[in-house]
Amino acid sequence: MKSPPFAYLAPETLDDVVRGLAEAGEDAKVIAGGQSLLPVLALRLGRPSVLVDVARVPGLDTIDVVGDEVVLGARVTHATLERHPLVAAHAPLLAEVAPLIGHAAIRTRGTLGGSLAHADPAAELPAVAMLTDATIDVRGPDGTRSVPARDFFVGYLTTVLAPDEVVEAVRLPARGARVGDAFAEVSRRHGDFALVGAGARVGLDEDGRVAELRLAFLGAGSTPVLDVEAGAAAVGRAPDAAVLGEVGRAAAARLDPHDDLHASASYRRRVAGALAARVLATAARRAGAAS
Amino acid sequence: MSAEPRLEATVSLRVNGEDRQVHVEARRSLADALRDALGLTGTHLGCEHGVCGSCTVLLDGGPVRSCLVLAVQAEGHDVVTVEGLGTPDDLHPVQHGCLEAHAFQCGFCTPGMLISAVALLAENDDPDDAEIREALGGNLCRCTGYESIVAGVRRGAELLRLDGEG
Ligand SMILES: Cc1cc2nc3c(=O)[nH]c(=O)nc-3n(C[C@@H](O)[C@H](O)[C@H](O)COP(=O)(O)OP(=O)(O)OC[C@H]3O[C@@H](n4cnc5c(N)ncnc54)[C@H](O)[C@@H]3O)c2cc1C
Ligand code: FES
Ligand code: FES
Repeated sequence: MKSPPFAYLAPETLDDVVRGLAEAGEDAKVIAGGQSLLPVLALRLGRPSVLVDVARVPGLDTIDVVGDEVVLGARVTHATLERHPLVAAHAPLLAEVAPLIGHAAIRTRGTLGGSLAHADPAAELPAVAMLTDATIDVRGPDGTRSVPARDFFVGYLTTVLAPDEVVEAVRLPARGARVGDAFAEVSRRHGDFALVGAGARVGLDEDGRVAELRLAFLGAGSTPVLDVEAGAAAVGRAPDAAVLGEVGRAAAARLDPHDDLHASASYRRRVAGALAARVLATAARRAGAAS
Repeated sequence: MSAEPRLEATVSLRVNGEDRQVHVEARRSLADALRDALGLTGTHLGCEHGVCGSCTVLLDGGPVRSCLVLAVQAEGHDVVTVEGLGTPDDLHPVQHGCLEAHAFQCGFCTPGMLISAVALLAENDDPDDAEIREALGGNLCRCTGYESIVAGVRRGAELLRLDGEG
C-alpha cells in the first residue's frame, strides 16, 4: 500500500527540527532512516501530517570518544555500528549486535536514534542501551536534556520523548578493564525480530569475583527489561556456571513476557533463562574469568 | 527543500550515472519515482513495506529498500538500479552467473537479488555459501528454492574475479 499524504520538511539545524515539530503540532513525526516509520505509514497504522527529516542536520552521524565515553550521533546507522573501529574498540557489544538487526538493506538506513525512539520491545539496541548504562541526549524547545536509558522507555513503542523533542546523541561509558559483555537471541529466521533475547555485562574484581553484573532482555515485556536484582544476587561470588545459571534462571522467573502467535509466555521465559545463563558465562569469560 | 513543509517537491538525483529530476508527492517512495516518473521498471514492488526485498537498489553504493526511502530523501544522492548493472549485450558478471545457473523462474525477485549480490561482492569478492545466504536472506523468492540463486551468485563472484584479473 502507499502512505497517506503528508508534508515533508528537511531543516538544516537541530533547533529548526524542533521548531518544525512544534509548529506542526502533535501529529508531526521525525523521520530518520524510515525503516520503522515508513512501514507503519504504508500499512496505514499512522497518519502524521508532517515528517521532519533529520538527514540534513550536520554532526548527527559522528562517533567520537570523549573522556571515558563513546558518543554516537542519533543518525549513526546500524551498518556503521557493524564496521566502525571506535565502536569495535570501546563499545564492542554494539558491533556484535548490529548484524542481528534485520537485513543488510535495512541496516544501511536504520539508525541508532530511530531504533531507540521507536522503542520496539523486541529491538536489540534499546536493550543494549539499558545494559550498557547509556545516556540519551534529547533536544527540545528548552535545550538539551539527558535521559538515562533505563528511564527512557515507558511502554510498548512509547518513550519519554515529547512530540517536539528529538534524540541528538547516545553516550555510552567506554567498556572498562575486567568487564565483559555478551548478547544472544532466538528468532525464527536470521533477520527476523527475535522472539526473545538477553544481554549480559559482567565485571570482575582483582580476585576474579563478580564486582558488577547486569542483565537485559528483549521480547520479554512491553519495554526492554533491565534486571537490577540479578547483580545484587551475584556480587562478591565466583562467576562459576552454577552461580551464573542460578542468577539467569532467577532473572527469567521475574520476567513477565507475553503470549502471541509466535511463542507462549512460558516458552519465552524458559528461553530467556537459557539465554541468560549462556550470555552470563560468555560475558564472564570475556571479563577474564577462568572457565 | 524549503523551510516550509511541502506536499510535493522536485528532486534532483543521479540514477545509473545520469543526473535526473523528478517531481513527486512527498509521500512517494524512491521506488515509485524510479518506476513511474523515470520508467525504470526493473525495480520491482512486492510488499511495499520492507519485507520482500524485490525493490532493493544501491543508494550511494549501499543496498537499500527503495520502498522504504522517500523520493524526497534521495535528493542529491546516487542511485543504481538493476538497469544500471549491465546491458543485454554486456551483462554484469553476476547477471551472467545467474543466467548460467538458471537462477530465476518468474524473475520477479531477480532485480533485488542481483542488487543484493552486487552489494555483497563489493565488500567481499569471494564469499562462501553461508555469506551468500546471509546477504540474500532479506530477499524472498517464490519460485526457485534459492539453491540456483546461491549457485548463480557464486558463479558471478568467480566471473567477477576473472574480470578483475583480465
Ligand atoms: C524487514 C525489517 C526487519 C527489521 N528487523 C529488525 C530487527 O530485527 N531488530 C530491530 O531492532 N529492528 C528491526 N527493524 C527496524 C529497524 O531496522 C529500524 O532501523 C529502527 O527501528 C528505526 O530506525 P530508523 O532510523 O529507520 O527510524 P525511523 O523509521 O525513521 O523512525 C522510527 C521512529 O522513531 C522516531 N525517530 C527517528 N529518529 C528520531 C530522532 N532522532 N529523534 C526522535 N525520534 C526519532 C520516528 O519519529 C519514528 O517514530 C526492521 C525493519 C524492517 C523493515
Ligand atoms: S517492495 Fe520493498 S521490500 Fe518489498
Ligand atoms: S524467480 Fe519468481 S520470485 Fe524469484
